[in-house]
Amino acid sequence: MASSAHKFCVERILLSCRRSLRTCSRSYAKAKTKKDHTSPLPGGWQGRVGLEIHAQISSNSKLFSGSQVQFSAPPNTLVSPLDASLPGTLPVLNRRCVEAGVLTALALNCHINRRSLFDRKHYFYADLPAGYQITQQRLPLAVNGHMTFDVYDESRSQRQVLKSCQVRIKQLQLEQDSGKSLHDQENGEVLVDLNRAGVALMEIVTEPDMVDGAEAAAMVKELQLILQALGTCDGNMSEGSMRVDANISVSRSNEELGTRAEVKNINSAKFVQKAIEYEMQRQIRVLEGAGEVEEETRYFDWKAGKTISLRDKEQRHDYRYMPEPNLPPLIVYTDATSPRGMQDSVVNIDRIREQMPELPDTTRRRLVEKYGIQFQHSVALVGEGLVEYFETLIDVKGKGRDPRSAASWVLTDLLEQLHKRSLTFQECSVTASKLGEIVDLVGMGTISKSTGKKSVVLYKAHMLQLTCPTKYIFCWIFSQILGLLFDGDNRSLSQIIEENEWAQIRDEETLGRICDDILEKHTELVEAYRKGNVKVVNRLMGEVQKATNRCAEPTVTSRVLKLKLEEH
Amino acid sequence: MLGLTLKETARVLNEGSVTAAELCAACVARARQVQQLNVFITETYDMAGQQAAESTLRHRQGSRLHVLDGIPVTIKDAFSTAGIRTTCSSRILRDYVPPYNATMVQRLVDRGAVLLGKTNMDEFAMGSGSVDSIFGPVRNPWKYNFQTRHQEQDSQPIRDSCHDLKPKSMQMRTMHHHVTSTEDSDWFITGGSSGGSAVAVAAGICKAALGSDTGGSVRNPASYCGVVGLKPTYGLLSRHGLIPLVNSLDVPGIFTRCVDDAVIMLGALAGHDPKDSTTVSDPFQPFSLPEHIDITRLHVGIPKEYHAPHLSEETLSTWKRAADMLEDAGARVSQVSLPHTPYSIVCYSVLCAAEVASNMARYDGLEFGHRGSDHSSTEALYAQTRHEGFNDVVRGRILAGNYFLLKRHYDHYFTQAQRIRRLIANDFRKVFEGGVDILLTPTTLSPARSYRWFVQADNRTRTEQEDVFTQPVNLAGIPAVNVPVSLSEDGLPIGLQLIGQSFQEKTLLTAAKWLEQQVNFPHLQLPDPSEMS
Repeated sequence: MASSAHKFCVERILLSCRRSLRTCSRSYAKAKTKKDHTSPLPGGWQGRVGLEIHAQISSNSKLFSGSQVQFSAPPNTLVSPLDASLPGTLPVLNRRCVEAGVLTALALNCHINRRSLFDRKHYFYADLPAGYQITQQRLPLAVNGHMTFDVYDESRSQRQVLKSCQVRIKQLQLEQDSGKSLHDQENGEVLVDLNRAGVALMEIVTEPDMVDGAEAAAMVKELQLILQALGTCDGNMSEGSMRVDANISVSRSNEELGTRAEVKNINSAKFVQKAIEYEMQRQIRVLEGAGEVEEETRYFDWKAGKTISLRDKEQRHDYRYMPEPNLPPLIVYTDATSPRGMQDSVVNIDRIREQMPELPDTTRRRLVEKYGIQFQHSVALVGEGLVEYFETLIDVKGKGRDPRSAASWVLTDLLEQLHKRSLTFQECSVTASKLGEIVDLVGMGTISKSTGKKSVVLYKAHMLQLTCPTKYIFCWIFSQILGLLFDGDNRSLSQIIEENEWAQIRDEETLGRICDDILEKHTELVEAYRKGNVKVVNRLMGEVQKATNRCAEPTVTSRVLKLKLEEH
Repeated sequence: MLGLTLKETARVLNEGSVTAAELCAACVARARQVQQLNVFITETYDMAGQQAAESTLRHRQGSRLHVLDGIPVTIKDAFSTAGIRTTCSSRILRDYVPPYNATMVQRLVDRGAVLLGKTNMDEFAMGSGSVDSIFGPVRNPWKYNFQTRHQEQDSQPIRDSCHDLKPKSMQMRTMHHHVTSTEDSDWFITGGSSGGSAVAVAAGICKAALGSDTGGSVRNPASYCGVVGLKPTYGLLSRHGLIPLVNSLDVPGIFTRCVDDAVIMLGALAGHDPKDSTTVSDPFQPFSLPEHIDITRLHVGIPKEYHAPHLSEETLSTWKRAADMLEDAGARVSQVSLPHTPYSIVCYSVLCAAEVASNMARYDGLEFGHRGSDHSSTEALYAQTRHEGFNDVVRGRILAGNYFLLKRHYDHYFTQAQRIRRLIANDFRKVFEGGVDILLTPTTLSPARSYRWFVQADNRTRTEQEDVFTQPVNLAGIPAVNVPVSLSEDGLPIGLQLIGQSFQEKTLLTAAKWLEQQVNFPHLQLPDPSEMS
């Protein structure tokens, strides 16, 4: 068992090396991005998707004002005179936001424009107090990047890489978010909350390099992980920290790009996939019916699973762009150009590059290479943001915990507890060192390895995005203890074990007495054994476990039981 | 004490021969005496009394904050004042009370200045007559017949009497309803748009006043009212809290009786403001000017393009006389050329309209200001709010600006205007690089015209005439100052404009002070308020 798992790991490492080599060669030959895999669309249709992703920059204050940023604060409590566009207020650029933009652009392999400009984009809307948004239309902060990501086969339990893709990043720009409008239909009122007005966004625009919803969703998920690793955006799509607009078109293969429709404000990776799949099918239906795809803005109704035209004049909007006269050009420096005496007050690309953390793709490969864990586990640990937890768990001085088991503890037992309670990992109350203590108790034999129910199915149901290891079976006592800790039990582990009588029983004499009891109660099974039915040993073992609250040490118990059976 | 300059006043306050409280009371009395001029939109006499009392105490304790401590000032109603309504002479902001002070206001307050009130102006600073205000036109104190109008004033309150804003013809406008009879239109305009602030200084209500200068809005009324009007280099004074007309051209400006006073104000106001990213980061070094000025090393340029078609004889001869004086005193005076000057006003009109269209977009009635009553839809509410809130001048510029910014027009108008702007800036740069220190030009085509004459053409026509000599300076971002030089035959002030290089305010104002010393301009003398009552 162990050796086969090990063998699999080695294969993974080789595979991942090949993968990274492929990635390298691809980045040298950027033009040949893809098309080595076919679109799943029927009738020779080819889909194209480009994304515009609005990522809220993790920053304490807004892009141009000192107001705080906080999700779900009471309405209109985080509004400065500038955010309400009071006359005479002027924008002052938040340097932290620029640094976050530069770090992200570097991670996406972009060219950073040493000089970029801000523009005003005009439209009237109740939650846009100035009547314009400050953005970077003419000369954005960064251009010409690219990003690689894997598309996984979600249909099978083993998380296999279906294909590796690269998408070109057209540009990354800084801009302000708008406020929020609440339409009260009953009273015919519009309520406006300006807390979000002026919050810093990075708009990341890709080229139309993706062919279907699965690729686009995989790209969004990978970008989410990159932003989280960078700490420049929390990537929380349900709170709107990341919002996706998808430009979708279909055309006959080898033809030019078709007319695109834009589906705006999609707020989960799953919906990105669904919206694109629906929209492509819709466009194909239109075109096959000899109709024409309208260039328009649509939104995704997730309840109906459809995209719906906004029938809005917006696509005909002329935004009347104009240079923002109150902001001088944004200059970013390098070590070589940084003005003397002002090093601390300017944005320096070289300094920011030094702060570049490990990115998800590297982490995945490192975990496999360093710890020999399965690639699927590595993907899952990175995907769930559990890497640090995992590494803390196995990195205890003097206690070399087995990485492969540790990955399983984290990805099954820990996640099960979290999902049972609908908690996110950030809300996890059991620290890695605490979990490690329980792991050690199993290792030392203080508690039994004896298994209980197979929880894999339950776990799978919770995990829509993550394919878990299928063969893992929960250790029953372990789960019980972990459950108590999650419930806030603050007794010591030894106390918990003692008071619940969960200590493993390995004393032969005690086990002998228990076995005698069981054999006496189940004379029919003993009879069956005598007649040569050795399978009943398992049933008897089960009875012993039941009687000992699953605390009997299996190996010793098995030996004792067999001895007793022979004696009978 | 109303006739004293700021510098002299600071001295008597410091000596203790006059207290800040006495001075404030005298200024308030003067303001009441000339109330017909319609200087103020909002008077803050109570607050001024309070500030003056505190200043008096500080002077007694010998803990004066600054040379401005106790000095009465007035502020154009385009600067935001915390807790004091700030209207920009517009219905849309008629009841708007900002929660914060503009940096210029804060710097004055921090230095102990006494704020008497917010002064009248053209709506959103769009105008050059200070006649297009919902609070009625400002009247020039020069040649104003106070006696006969005294009674009329009591029965006919001017202030805050705006209602039924009927759309006016764009070609020919009717008299403002504040002006009740033909005889009542027989007075002179102040120039604008900062007319109220110019009059406040000219009439002795205050020692210094803040205006804003986008195309000449400080220098133009300074010229018509016979006071010093300084437009500093763009980026030297903070615009934070100044309600914008054209962000890339707007500069807070200073009105004083004499050049030395402008220097004091500049020292108190100039310098980097973290709240305005377009202010220069280099620290400003306050300076003072010598009494004995040697101009023999000064090179003065006379731009030939400023010899414009409608330049009045009197203004032209004043200009020539000043040039002769400089030459006679040993300065080098030579004719120079700013070849793109004729295109300047068109370029200004396009850039101005475009930024106005953008800046005015925030006045939607939702967050602040006037809100219409049509709640049938958000769009209907916007339309009504903005139609009621803005006068036809503002609405016209918004319309034009949005036209210029449309994608299909942008290059043809906006980009083109920006190119011309660069050519105009280059004109000035080349002249200065050629060794010229300052330029001497007229400020306006003629002395102040009568209100009756002025309103015979629309705002746009008048603005193009009035701003002809002043707006190129804004396009180039360089400093300029109006110096009152002489009186016309009719007894109206004639001013000349000196233009300097970027951030060379000291050279500019030194030359201005020399000119001021030579011409000995006869300042407006009004009877003491105590004698009047």
